[in-house]
Amino acid sequence: MNLELFLVQLLNGVSYGLLLFMLAAGLTLIFSMMGVLNFAHTSFYMIGAYFAYQLSVWIGFWAALLVAPLLVGVVGAAVEQWGLRRVHKWGHVPELLFTFGLSYIVFELVQVIWGRAPVPYQVPSELDRPVAWLQAAGITFPQYRMFMMAVAILMLGALWLLLKRTRIGLVIQAALTHPEMVEALGHNVPRVFMLVFGAGCALAGLAGVIGGNAFVTEPGMAGSVGAIVFVVIVFGGLGSVAGAFIASLLLGLVDAFGKTSSASLAGLLSSAGVELAPQTFGYPVLSMTVAQVAPVLPYLMLVLILIFRPRGLMGTRES
Amino acid sequence: MMRTARALALAVAAVAACGTVVAQSKGGAPSAQTVKIAYLDPLSGPFAAVGQNILKHFQVAAEMASTKQLAGAGIRFEIIPFDSKGSPQEALTLLRAIADQGIHYVVQGQGSHVAIPLSEAIARNNERNPKQSIVFLNYAAIDPDLTNSKCNFWHFAFDANTEMKMEALTDYMKGKPEIKTVYLLNQNYSHGQQTARFARELLARKRPDAKIVGEDFVPLGQVRDFSPYIAKIRASGADTVITGNWGTDLVLFVRAARDAGLTANFYTYYAGVIGTPTAMGASGADRVRMVSYWHPNIENNPAEPIYVDFKKRFNEEWYVLASQTSVTMLAEAIKRAGSSDPLKVAHTMSGMKMNGLMGEIEMRATDHQLQQPLYISTFTKAGGPVKFDAEKTGFGFRTEKAIPTYVASTPTSCNMQRPAKP
Repeated sequence: MNLELFLVQLLNGVSYGLLLFMLAAGLTLIFSMMGVLNFAHTSFYMIGAYFAYQLSVWIGFWAALLVAPLLVGVVGAAVEQWGLRRVHKWGHVPELLFTFGLSYIVFELVQVIWGRAPVPYQVPSELDRPVAWLQAAGITFPQYRMFMMAVAILMLGALWLLLKRTRIGLVIQAALTHPEMVEALGHNVPRVFMLVFGAGCALAGLAGVIGGNAFVTEPGMAGSVGAIVFVVIVFGGLGSVAGAFIASLLLGLVDAFGKTSSASLAGLLSSAGVELAPQTFGYPVLSMTVAQVAPVLPYLMLVLILIFRPRGLMGTRES
Repeated sequence: MMRTARALALAVAAVAACGTVVAQSKGGAPSAQTVKIAYLDPLSGPFAAVGQNILKHFQVAAEMASTKQLAGAGIRFEIIPFDSKGSPQEALTLLRAIADQGIHYVVQGQGSHVAIPLSEAIARNNERNPKQSIVFLNYAAIDPDLTNSKCNFWHFAFDANTEMKMEALTDYMKGKPEIKTVYLLNQNYSHGQQTARFARELLARKRPDAKIVGEDFVPLGQVRDFSPYIAKIRASGADTVITGNWGTDLVLFVRAARDAGLTANFYTYYAGVIGTPTAMGASGADRVRMVSYWHPNIENNPAEPIYVDFKKRFNEEWYVLASQTSVTMLAEAIKRAGSSDPLKVAHTMSGMKMNGLMGEIEMRATDHQLQQPLYISTFTKAGGPVKFDAEKTGFGFRTEKAIPTYVASTPTSCNMQRPAKP
């Protein structure tokens, strides 16, 4: 692999990983707060993309970038207030089923409103070009992906400041572990839950706003990222934002380099001095390249981490 | 209680008897009657957009065949939709219901992974229940196995198969000496693998000087980020990419290519499918070529009025010529056979020649593969020869080369078992 290809894949991997992180951050935050694995999380990602498309038609992309995540946050808060909270008293399983059902409802609703085919949500023309200084170095990398990375990093910084350096972050962290005590101190814990749920959804919505035009905005978009986001949060450790960050970067890099690697077990063995021929037992499996198995790698990582470190990279609870 | 049960049983038997009488009278001379055609394709789930759109194609075709009385005076056609959800299992369950409802004609096309088991199940059904025989009009599943190793008498293919399309594509590439290095990227399932296989075989025959510099298979409908593949293609130095990808797998691929400044040309099968032009937009302009049996900007285009009407009526693209071809051919066969009996119709259709919408067509008797001309076109800015743009994108298809029927025709290994003529 030459240096240019390596750099491009590095950038591809990091930018994809950061997008995954935006999705996973909200999900893991909601989980750590409320103990609910929100199956509808990627539906909020999809709503974000569709809102952004609609708003960009009406008021332009840059305004949509601000407004769409806020709207998604409001929708999320409403879902928590009038849906999830009522189900909450029956325990976690009904909550899980509630979000599961919700994801199907959103899927159908989106199709009713915007149709079943993709919508023409495009990257704004200001960002629709290669990065100039990289171009000078002989690397073509889209400006929009740089922008994606910048947004994700800004969001990470803001989230960290909010959780670690503000009063409301203090209350959220306390409500995480000692909700009764926080309530006794006069804080409105249900409202904190609602805010966290809304904020988590807004983060997913933001990911939708910048992911919807980078990829494609269509009703299947929620389902297509659903599995990978769960891998990210389980791998990083349920409830850990820092873990989710590391896991999403790791998965992004595995995705980018895995898809392009032509290494195989057979190659590894032959460099170790073991000669293989097509007649060798299991040759079709041994000669499979990493690129061929790349789509499975994230799930392989999921299985392995569950076996060897069930709480994930940085998770705190065993369950 | 017993009494009611017995009365009920009698009533049911009576109704059933009436049913048979009606059915028998229908099997005879085709006078005033309705020929039902089951449409068995996804109407919900991830592939619903395409399924719903093509259902309208067939409804329009059936309306036309009814009003123009293509099968003879008084014979009407009706499309009955069945939602296969794109799953082979679901399709086979529904096939039972279709047979039980006395429907003798099934159209299906989305996915060879459904078409192959369906074709086998239909052949089995027809052997066991000759009275409930079903004719399979396949409008778009293009695995060549369907008309080769797995061919059967009851299956009729109205789209050109993967091999024929690749024959046409490589015929076009033969005249393009600037193509030197080719990359194959396909979906990892029957159709994608066949595309890659025939691309290798036919390029080796027609352009032995062109090198295949890389090959990848992607999981069907799972990849969001194609940029790593694009970086790999770029590093391989390929000037041409051949892909059988469709839906989001094609859109995301083309978009990622433009974003990363990959200048290679894309040779595709499915750039015209609903939603694809919208999602490609300018990123596909002048770099995406398509092989197909039709596009709206073919010169002297007899199907143009249908396209224009459809667009006006549904605000959606019309592009599945096979919906017209299959229904008109069925109607013509009913007329020639003088009956809508499935066995008679199938025998008539086998080897039948007629004037199709776009010229002479033939349902080859040896394998039931329709022989028709194909076109290579480029996705480009509308205007001039590009009279119609696709999905209001400002971009449409322009013919690069018309491939006559005999070029796109490929030999078959089909050894068909034919039931005796009635």
